[in-house]
Amino acid sequence: MTTTIRGLMGACCLAAFGAPLAAETITVATVNNGDMIRMQGLMAQFNEKHPDIEVNWVTLEENVLRQRVTTDIATKGGQYDVLTIGNYEVPIWAKQGWLLPLDDMGADYDAADFLAPVAQALTVDDKLYAAPFYAESAMLMYRSDLLEKAGLTMPEDPTWDFITEAAEKMTDKDAGVYGICLRGKAGWGENMAFLTAMSHSMGARWFDMEWKPQFDSPEWKETLDTYLNLMTKYGPPGASSNGFNENLALFQTGKCGMWMDATVAASFVSNPEESTVADNVAFAPFPHKDGVDNHGNWLWSWNLAIPASSTKQEASKAFVAWATSKEYTNLVAEEDGIANAPPGTRTSLYANEEYLKAPFAQPTLTAIENANTQHPSVQEVPYTGGQWISIPEFQAIGTAVGQVFSAALAGTSTADQALTAAQTLTQREMQRAGYPK
Amino acid sequence: MARASTTQRKIVVTVIAWIIALAIFFPILWTILTSFKTEADAIAIPPKFLNFTWTLDNYITVQERSDYFRHFMNSVIISLGSTVLALIVAIPAAWSMAFVPGKRTKDILMWMLSTKMMPAVGVLIPIYLIFRDWGLLDSRTGLIIVLMLMNLPIVVWMLYTYFKEIPGEILEAARMDGASLGKEILYVLTPMAVPGIASTLLLNIILAWNEAFWTLNLTTSNAAPLSTFIASYSSPEGLFYAKLSAASTMAIAPILILGWFSQKQLVRGLTFGAVK
Repeated sequence: MTTTIRGLMGACCLAAFGAPLAAETITVATVNNGDMIRMQGLMAQFNEKHPDIEVNWVTLEENVLRQRVTTDIATKGGQYDVLTIGNYEVPIWAKQGWLLPLDDMGADYDAADFLAPVAQALTVDDKLYAAPFYAESAMLMYRSDLLEKAGLTMPEDPTWDFITEAAEKMTDKDAGVYGICLRGKAGWGENMAFLTAMSHSMGARWFDMEWKPQFDSPEWKETLDTYLNLMTKYGPPGASSNGFNENLALFQTGKCGMWMDATVAASFVSNPEESTVADNVAFAPFPHKDGVDNHGNWLWSWNLAIPASSTKQEASKAFVAWATSKEYTNLVAEEDGIANAPPGTRTSLYANEEYLKAPFAQPTLTAIENANTQHPSVQEVPYTGGQWISIPEFQAIGTAVGQVFSAALAGTSTADQALTAAQTLTQREMQRAGYPK
Repeated sequence: MARASTTQRKIVVTVIAWIIALAIFFPILWTILTSFKTEADAIAIPPKFLNFTWTLDNYITVQERSDYFRHFMNSVIISLGSTVLALIVAIPAAWSMAFVPGKRTKDILMWMLSTKMMPAVGVLIPIYLIFRDWGLLDSRTGLIIVLMLMNLPIVVWMLYTYFKEIPGEILEAARMDGASLGKEILYVLTPMAVPGIASTLLLNIILAWNEAFWTLNLTTSNAAPLSTFIASYSSPEGLFYAKLSAASTMAIAPILILGWFSQKQLVRGLTFGAVK
């Protein structure tokens, strides 16, 4: 008996002193997209540099991730050490004190290398609260062969009038080709991302300086009329349920003449392995109304942030610094080719001659540089944003307005009815939320 | 004449049954077919039914990227655990309601069912906070408890319906012979209600297996079952339908096979007491 106890004690001592120092495990919540999946495949290189940090990945669909991460951070659940969040959430969460400032990322991190519009959207009180992993704006993708057949030439800076003319001439419904494909599926990040950017490019604004909704303005009327006219006459059938993926599928299979959406789509549609129209794709800036100097100001970035409740902040910072560094870009270039580097975040990437050979590189950079999230409308506004409005209430209001506009596209209401309903519901929600604050 | 009309009716009913069955099965069939397509074929317009290049690449990619077996084991443990726990609680509850009903038994039954009418998200934050404080987040124990609670009203209702069919006199006879309450439930009631309990068990396993609100919201990685495995392949920006279909096929295959093997039991249990 005594021998057994001694043996056990000895084994415990050996286990306690003989075991190597346990690696610290950090949990990273992320979305399922090509760039994030690629990073998961490069973990061996991260572990070479940081053998003491183990990374546990939790990949979720974007909306599930948003709900999951918001619940956890608001209740200080502490389930995640690194979060993948959008530039919509970053300023709102930073002001709540939920995120750790990332102002001491090491000497060779070079935060000044981040593209100014991208970094600005992630900065609160001169402190960076999330590191951009990749960024995108919006632009016009079109079929150069169809445009040529229509006898038109794409201007350097297309207007909505030109888009309407081109959509009409490119449409050949008998051949299953539609002049234009745009988002119609309801949601603040779906049709309202597009329509908010489009409204800005038409000179409209969501709110005046007293936070009064502006859906009763002539600019919004023109926005919705133009959108519905384009989509009902020259758009694909069932467009009210089309989002990014549905339009991507339509464009890649040659069913769309033009498509305005996130710049990240450019690499998909110009990839001959995925797209049947890769040889005939061209790009142009997001359109605007003649006389309005505004291209929608669409700017989205997926960023890595550390919740203030994380108990493994140093290990998390080391991971974020690695994943958003120049060194990571070089690593992707070595492993998968420079064209696969996460786009839109670092100036140094766009100084690389090799990268600029990709057909989408320069148009993406131009679109991002033109996005001004600090002054999204040509009119005076009390908010920042671009294809969204930077207030916590926007998710709920944007989705409700999106449903009203999607119904108008489906033909169950007129543009005027939809605008009146949008005005009423937005006003009600803003009053409930206590605006003006 | 009568025979002709009967035969005709039989044919019509059979055709309708087949159409309905195919309509219900079609999404599953399409998911399985898509899982063998390339991403380009998965979005082809017009859709390709069988005339595509068959590939196993999606399954290989999914296997390489995810630990399927860990998710699968979590699903098995969570669905079995929550079902067994629910039966342990529900059998005595259903016994008392069926054989010793009080004035408020019907109200209690209705109240239990009414808890299912509230959207789950309504209690997400309180449950999340309790789980955080008790250290149950991302644990299989936590999920077993919460799924047991979520499915308990259905389990009690089903068992109550089956128990009502059993004559109370048999239990009375057992009591006369000196059986204690525990023995009465365990050795007399339970064996007689085996078909009902079995179908309740099967249905509850299926419900727990397919549950995708609590399993997504209360887990991160350690306890994550197959619902989170599927969710990790859904993407709003990028066409990964074929990979998503492969992941879905792998997630539904075990429960589909279980359903096939036990369909007789399931149908018998679900229609039990339907004809009176």
